[in-house]
Amino acid sequence: MTMKIFIPRDAAAVAVGADDIATTFAQVAARRGLPVEIVRTGSRGLCWLEPMVEVATPEGRVAYGPVSAEEVASVLESMASNGPHALRLCIADEIPWLKRQTRLTFARCGVIDPRSLEDYRAHGGYKGLERALSLGSDAILAEVTASGLRGRGGAGFPTGIKWKTVAQASADRKFIVCNADEGDSGTFADRMIMEGDPFLVIEGMTIAGITVGASKGYIYIRSEYPHAVAAMKAAIVAARRGGYLGDKIGGSACGFDMEVRVGAGAYVCGEETSLLESLEGRRGLVRAKPPLPAHHGLFGKPTVINNVLSFAAIPFILAEGAKAYADFGMGRSRGTMPIQLAGNIRQGGLFETAFGVTLGELVDDIGGGTFTGRPVRAVQVGGPLGAYFPRALFDTPFDYEAFAARDGLIGHGGIVVFDDSVDMRKQARFAMEFCAVESCGKCTPCRIGSTRGVETIEKIIRGERISENLALVEDLCNTMKFGSLCALGGFTPYPVLSALKHFREDFAPIPTTLQAAE
Amino acid sequence: MTVAFEPFYEPWNETRGADIVAEHASQEGATLVILHALQDAFGYVPEAAIPMVAQALNLSRAEVHGVFTFYHDFRRKPAGRHVLKLCRAEACQAAGGDALAARAEARLGVALGNTTADDRVTLEPIYCLGLCATAPSAMLDGRLIGRLDEKRIDALVAEAQR
Repeated sequence: MTMKIFIPRDAAAVAVGADDIATTFAQVAARRGLPVEIVRTGSRGLCWLEPMVEVATPEGRVAYGPVSAEEVASVLESMASNGPHALRLCIADEIPWLKRQTRLTFARCGVIDPRSLEDYRAHGGYKGLERALSLGSDAILAEVTASGLRGRGGAGFPTGIKWKTVAQASADRKFIVCNADEGDSGTFADRMIMEGDPFLVIEGMTIAGITVGASKGYIYIRSEYPHAVAAMKAAIVAARRGGYLGDKIGGSACGFDMEVRVGAGAYVCGEETSLLESLEGRRGLVRAKPPLPAHHGLFGKPTVINNVLSFAAIPFILAEGAKAYADFGMGRSRGTMPIQLAGNIRQGGLFETAFGVTLGELVDDIGGGTFTGRPVRAVQVGGPLGAYFPRALFDTPFDYEAFAARDGLIGHGGIVVFDDSVDMRKQARFAMEFCAVESCGKCTPCRIGSTRGVETIEKIIRGERISENLALVEDLCNTMKFGSLCALGGFTPYPVLSALKHFREDFAPIPTTLQAAE
Repeated sequence: MTVAFEPFYEPWNETRGADIVAEHASQEGATLVILHALQDAFGYVPEAAIPMVAQALNLSRAEVHGVFTFYHDFRRKPAGRHVLKLCRAEACQAAGGDALAARAEARLGVALGNTTADDRVTLEPIYCLGLCATAPSAMLDGRLIGRLDEKRIDALVAEAQR
């Protein structure tokens, strides 16, 4: 009997040897005369176990990990004999880290072959589109609104309202734009879903297209993600061939098609208006709002621009109904959030769960603390523009409003863990430096403020007039926060001010942590 | 161990350049698409190509130059034979990336953002490869490497120098 072996082709797995493992499995199996079928999947998101390999058994898929090339032969032996192995975990779905999750968006990721439209359909794919086609625009809008879905890119704007605005606008052309410029450090959910379940993103964008009356979509993917670009391009071709893109999608009267556009290494292009400028072939300069992209977006036409995860949440909402989604979550944060645990963490990866889980649970319990084994000192939530939280704030529930109330943001759901060796002066300086490098230059507080910020923090680091310069940095941050055009200049103060507020001891003449260590 | 292969680029040729520009010029908002295609073919965007793009898209040379210089990806001259990009963003910093970057700089004798004198290796920072749970990470000529440590960074540097 042919053994079916699943090996991820996700970039994070490939970066730790998944391609070599796949080749080795094929070679060893051939040598042993074992018939095997190797399926390359996305990643389940248990990154510390990558490359995680699974084998189909009558009881379910049994996982092994992390597998190295040297261990392939013995792992294969264990698979063939259903025998024990040091790397043998259990049935993949039963792994506690996976079982604790509520996977609505990432249900198929790591399970199916992302290149196979048939596999996608066999696992419930395109049910959302089918229902959407039977509902019509108004009813879809009602569902999306009732689901409570808010923009997963970071701003948290209600998706239903955005779509309704575009649906009501009249124009000869409208566009759907997917923001896949996932530049925040510590985030990789967009990349994972594009590589692991690309048809889901296509389905979400297609539903948006038929809802608002747009026939053309663009997905703007950052150039740092070549694997995601390849996966999306392949899926678009397959969807077109299968009748799910192009004229008369899914046998209906609606037409929708889309293409991939690749960014060119500008962080600011993750800001929606800058992204639109870039798509139009210009420098990624931020546009002043209003007008909103919903009225005056790509090429001046009404445009729905949403993050990958927002579109990826849509098929479930349509297939299972708004209530099934909204039943999860807390307060005004409904549904699930794919949270990414990253940096110095023992068990990092993608953890999709309902809003409301606390930061402490995520970092200590689910993440298992630091990889280095040292105490967790700080976590940055929400990317380079997110605040640094100390352990004292670990009771903060993962919720848009709860984080905002503590001068933080959940952003795109990335959590970067730092141990006690972190120097928060350095992190504050880096935040300003990053803003200085990536500023589009259009508004003064961001362009000049960030450079002055770097200089002033350097003075503090050198011990020059510390209290005066600290006051200056705080003042500068306020100017940036309230005077910048977009979130780049406007949110850079979050990491800086949070470092100052919660880790003040690092900014004293001689850092007390250093004293303690010496 | 995987053997590094040298990326192959064509030498600049005006006719070939014009073909590439023409191939993509009819797309909406084609500037970045064309600049990417030129760089994919030649390894950089030759200065002579800028006016060609401008003419094809009915833009001024200044506009195309502005786009070309705005984005970090586009090169004005060819990179070294191998390009080693080290992620320098927060998740990799948290996982010890600073020390590894310093180590690579010392081994190669160049700071990030520079090419070795023998034109063999271009060492560059990159801000996030999305491998933040298997940090620190790097990319050598398009190949991804995660969970870097001293041994792995040394091997990568040696591979790039070959």
